[in-house]
Amino acid sequence: MSLLALQRDFRSWLNTEADEAAARIGTAAAPGLAVYLNNYRGQLLDCLRESFGVVRAWLGDSAFDGAAAIHIEQQPPHSWTLDAYALEFPQTLERLYPDDREIAELACIERELGMIFVGPDSASLDRAHLAEVDWDAAILKFVPTLHFLSVSTNAAAIWSSLTANEMPPGAIGLDRPATLALWRDEFAPTFRTLDDGEYDALNTLRNGTTFGTLCTKLVNAVGEADGAALAGGMLARWLADGMIEKIGKRS
Amino acid sequence: MLTQHQFGLGLRKPHYTDFLDSEQKVAVDFVEVISENFMIEGGRPLDVLRRVRERHPVALHGVSMSVGSADGIDHDYLHRLRVLVDAIEPIFVSDHLSWSRIEGFNSHDLLPLPYTSETLDTVSTNILRAQDVLGRTMLIENPSSYIAFPGEMTEWEFLDALCRRTGCELLLDVNNVFVSASNHGFDALSYLAGIPADRVRQIHLAGHSQGHELLIDTHDQTVPAAVWTLYASVFGRLGPVATMIERDDAIPPLSDLLDELDIARSIAVGGRRKAA
Repeated sequence: MSLLALQRDFRSWLNTEADEAAARIGTAAAPGLAVYLNNYRGQLLDCLRESFGVVRAWLGDSAFDGAAAIHIEQQPPHSWTLDAYALEFPQTLERLYPDDREIAELACIERELGMIFVGPDSASLDRAHLAEVDWDAAILKFVPTLHFLSVSTNAAAIWSSLTANEMPPGAIGLDRPATLALWRDEFAPTFRTLDDGEYDALNTLRNGTTFGTLCTKLVNAVGEADGAALAGGMLARWLADGMIEKIGKRS
Repeated sequence: MLTQHQFGLGLRKPHYTDFLDSEQKVAVDFVEVISENFMIEGGRPLDVLRRVRERHPVALHGVSMSVGSADGIDHDYLHRLRVLVDAIEPIFVSDHLSWSRIEGFNSHDLLPLPYTSETLDTVSTNILRAQDVLGRTMLIENPSSYIAFPGEMTEWEFLDALCRRTGCELLLDVNNVFVSASNHGFDALSYLAGIPADRVRQIHLAGHSQGHELLIDTHDQTVPAAVWTLYASVFGRLGPVATMIERDDAIPPLSDLLDELDIARSIAVGGRRKAA
């Protein structure tokens, strides 16, 4: 048997426990094949358990392991990194629990936070010179891990309760989808729910619009005093949250 | 490259604080990390590794290169490893004589190879490619295995041929020799006598568990007496070599591992005296 044929048979054995493949590898190999199969499944199960601890707490060990077993059967790993194996688990949960959308959304939050944990580093914001910034011309550069996730349930509240070891609220659907901002503040992955105005403001600024232009837009929308206060309040929070990496100037 | 006998430990999460926060440096000559855990863009794990690297030489030990894949080696993997190598400047870069990946499937396990001339061609080609991308000599580790295929040569003959073909060096895992010898019924001392001693640059010591019919390489126990005996038997024959203890599960306090490492030190001293 060629090396390629042997490795294809091994793959069939691990994926499907194919008896024909095991027979071709050899009857004397049976005890060893059982060890490798156990290692393979155990490794993937451990990966999912570690990556989705909150989902596991929400579902319970038995239901979680059942979902993981289905995922392992249906989604063989393809990347050299085990981190990638966690990426598609939310889709499996969505298929398994179509009427309990908070489960897949909890998994999405955990997946995104996991990716953020090892995402690109950002430079430290130079806070010493904030007073000298020309805010009208300022271009805000946000940390590279900042991104958004749309949710249709109160998964964010459930996640927060479970990670704080508090009694989680019951799952409910939201009247309209909400947007979460997720990012890493130094080394700590974090997220919070945005209102429509802040989401719009962040998107506007991420497209290269100056802070001054955003202020003008808000003043036009809600009036001079409220617009300026709104812009200033959001800026202060982004700074406090560690969302901003750098403040540049329009050239 | 290490120029004298040195002793290290695998760097594991429960011991990060010990390695970073102690006012006194941990008494090891180097640490070894699992390469894939740090082949990432950024975040705390890389920060920890960079800070540990400021205190200790680091060896990179991989588990996913899959040098035995019949369909070749993963270029993306190699290039990411090169980035880490350039950042950390490790004393060694190692991986296993095994395969994990075939045609887009990755088992995340160290699967066994038949020791044939075809396999030797495949593994040699893959290692030469890896060494070319990494710009350095690799260390290849003998695996623990649970299946022995009919082959054309023994594992130690295969390793000897591989070293000659590729210029690679060896990471000799003494526990793996013991486990495979027990599982497949060969003589561990013959194995140790058969490997090219002058190519061994690093040694792994670890514990194992008794499975249903086979010994399993679990790294969850102290190094057993039989493995220490093998270590003592081979150490005196080797040139400059770095010894370390691998512990991946049921990880004890760092002080326990340092005590175990002292056993290795004392055996090494005895082995050198005997050889002299």
